[in-house]
Amino acid sequence: MSDTDPTTDIDAPAVEDPDTTPSRSVPGSEAVAAVVAGFDDATFSERSYASSDVTYHAISIPVDQWVAFAEAAKGAGFDAFVDIAAVDHFTDAPRFEVALNLLDLKAGERIVVSTRVPYDDPTVPTLTGVFAGANFYEREAYDLFGIDFPGHPDLTRILLPDDWQGHPLRKDYDIGAVPVEFKAGSVDL
Amino acid sequence: MTDTTLPSHEDEAADPTEASGADERRRVHDIWVSGTEERFPFSKATNEGAQELLPRDQEPALAVQEGIVVDDDYESDPEFVDEERQIINMGPQHPSTHGVLRLQLELEGETIRRVKPIIGYLHTGMEKTAETLTYAQGSTNVTRMDYLAPFHNELAFSLATEQLLGIDVPPRADAIRVLMTELNRVASHLLWAATMGMDIGALSMMIYGWREREVCLDFFEKTTGLRMNHNYIRPGGVAADLPDGWEQDVADLIPAVRSGVAEYQELLDENPIFLDRTMGVGVITPDECKQYGVTGPMARASGITWDLRKAMPYSGIDRYEFDVPTGLHGDVHDRYLVRIAEIEQSLRIVEQILETIPLGDYRNPDPKVTPPPRKRIDESMEALIHHFKLFTEGIVVPAGTAYQSIEGPRGEVGCYLVSKGGARPWRMHWRAPSFAAVQALPPMMTDALVADVVATLASADPVLGDVDR
Repeated sequence: MSDTDPTTDIDAPAVEDPDTTPSRSVPGSEAVAAVVAGFDDATFSERSYASSDVTYHAISIPVDQWVAFAEAAKGAGFDAFVDIAAVDHFTDAPRFEVALNLLDLKAGERIVVSTRVPYDDPTVPTLTGVFAGANFYEREAYDLFGIDFPGHPDLTRILLPDDWQGHPLRKDYDIGAVPVEFKAGSVDL
Repeated sequence: MTDTTLPSHEDEAADPTEASGADERRRVHDIWVSGTEERFPFSKATNEGAQELLPRDQEPALAVQEGIVVDDDYESDPEFVDEERQIINMGPQHPSTHGVLRLQLELEGETIRRVKPIIGYLHTGMEKTAETLTYAQGSTNVTRMDYLAPFHNELAFSLATEQLLGIDVPPRADAIRVLMTELNRVASHLLWAATMGMDIGALSMMIYGWREREVCLDFFEKTTGLRMNHNYIRPGGVAADLPDGWEQDVADLIPAVRSGVAEYQELLDENPIFLDRTMGVGVITPDECKQYGVTGPMARASGITWDLRKAMPYSGIDRYEFDVPTGLHGDVHDRYLVRIAEIEQSLRIVEQILETIPLGDYRNPDPKVTPPPRKRIDESMEALIHHFKLFTEGIVVPAGTAYQSIEGPRGEVGCYLVSKGGARPWRMHWRAPSFAAVQALPPMMTDALVADVVATLASADPVLGDVDR
C-alpha cells in the first residue's frame, strides 16, 4: 500500500488531470466562452459537482497572463471574488499551482482559474489591484507556500507567527518527529 | 524535479558543523522523500521546518517573549502625523471578538480611521493535517474547523470526495444530509442571535438564544452521539440512520424554535436601543461584498440575491421549497433580519423533509467506499477483505482536482481537494466564509464610531476556528 503515502511515489509519472482536454468551444457556457476568447493559451475543462447536474469550469492559464485574465474575467461578469488556493505539486514541474475562484452571480457560473509557477521562481503577480479580497488569500499562500506576489501592499505572514521559519504546506517541509522513549533506551527518530 | 538553486532559502542551508547524527537523519529523510538511494537535494537546500528551540542568543522569539522587542506589526501612516491619533489593540482576549481575533484600531477621538484585523491565534494547521489523514478520517478533521457549523464542513468535504470518486449517495442519505445541515444552520443562527444580542447590551438574548439552540443540539446528540464535532456526514453517505422516534423529536423541535424566535422578535424588533445601535451601522455595499469575497447572509443583507442552495444546488436541496430572504441596506440591522428570516426558511425545509424523506439505504452500497455491515463480515470473505482494506488503507480516490461548495450559515463553504491517487488527499484547501468576513471588516468599520465596532463585528459572525483553521 505504498500509494497511500503521497511522498513515496515520487517516481510515478506526472498525473494528468484526465478531464483537462484543450478545445476552443466551451460546452455549456457562453459566459466562459466570452472570457477565454482572447486567450489562446488557456486550456479548460468542465467539471460537475457531486450528485448534481451543475457544472463549473476549470481553466488553466500561463502566469504571464494571470492578471490580464483576471481583469478580462471581471469585465465579462465574473466579478465576485471567492477564493485563491495554492497547491504544491512537488514532483510535477512547474511545482506550485495558484487557483483563483470566481463567480458570475448573474449567470450563476463558476470558474476556477489556475496557473503554475516553478520552484526556483515562485512568483505570481498580485491580484489585489483587480479584487481587493485577494489580499488575505495571497498572504495565506505566501505564508504557507512561500509564493511571492509582487505588488501586494502588505505581503506578510497571516496565519503563522512573524518569526516562523519555512512554509509548512510545502511538501518538503519536515513535519518533525518526537523521540520515542523505550524501556531499554531511547530510539532517535 | 531538478531545481537545485533556491534563492530565498540560501541563508537557511544546513550548518556544516551540525552533529553527524542530524546529518544522518537528514540523509535518511532525503532518501525517504526521493524514494531512491540517490540523495535528494530538497532538505539540504531549504532546511525548512526546523522549529527546534535555538540557543538563547539565536532565538528571535525570545526577545518578544521577554518584552525586549515590542512586536507591533501595525505600520504607521506617514501622511498622518497627528497627536490626536492613537492605536488601540482590541483582542485577542477581548470578550466581544468571539474568539481570538485581534483588531488594531487607529482612533481619532472616537472615530476609527484605520482597522487592521490580525488573525492566526487559533491556527492549528488543519489543512496540513488533512494530508496525513485518509478520506475516511477526513471528516473528523474538517468538522473541527467551523465548530458552529460542523455538519456543513463535513458535507463540503464529503461532496468533494464524492466528486473525485464520481459516486452518488442514496436519496435517503441526501435527505438526512439536508436535514442535518439545515438544522445546523438554525442552531448557528440562534447562537449568533444570542451572542449578537449580548454584545450590544440585550443580555437576556444570550439566555434565550442558547435555550433554543440546546433543543437542536439535543437532537444532534441523539443522532450522532455528540453535541459538536459530529463526524456524521462521511464520504458515501452518513454514519448511521436517524434514531428511532426522530420524527417526533424534529416535530417537537420546530415549534420550540419558532416560539423562541417569536420571542426574540418581540424583544428586539421594536426595541429603540437595538434599532439605534444597529440601523445604518457597519454598512457594506454589494460591490464591496463581491470584491472581498463576502457571501452568505452578509451579502444577502446588502441586496445580493445569491444562495448556493438555489444557484448551485447540492444534495437535492432544490427539491424543497424555500425563499431566499434579502436585505436592502447592508447594515447590521438587515443582517439581523436576514438571519432571523433564514431560520424560518430552514425550518420550512425541515418540515418538508419530515413529510417526504424516502426510505432506503443511508450509504452508498459501493464496498470500496462503505464498510460492510458487521453481520456480513461473519458470512462473507469479500466483506471481511473490504472491511480490512477500508480500515487499514482507506478509500482509494482517483487522481484529480475538485472544488465543491455549499451554503453554510456564514456563507460559501468551499473545499478544494487535489488527489494524486491513493487514500490521502494531496492537498485540501478550505474556502472559509469567516476568513472573507474578517477581511471585509476594514471597509465596514473605517470612519465609523468606536462604539459600533462590537456591533459590526458581531454582525459579521466570524468563527475563529474557521478563520485560522
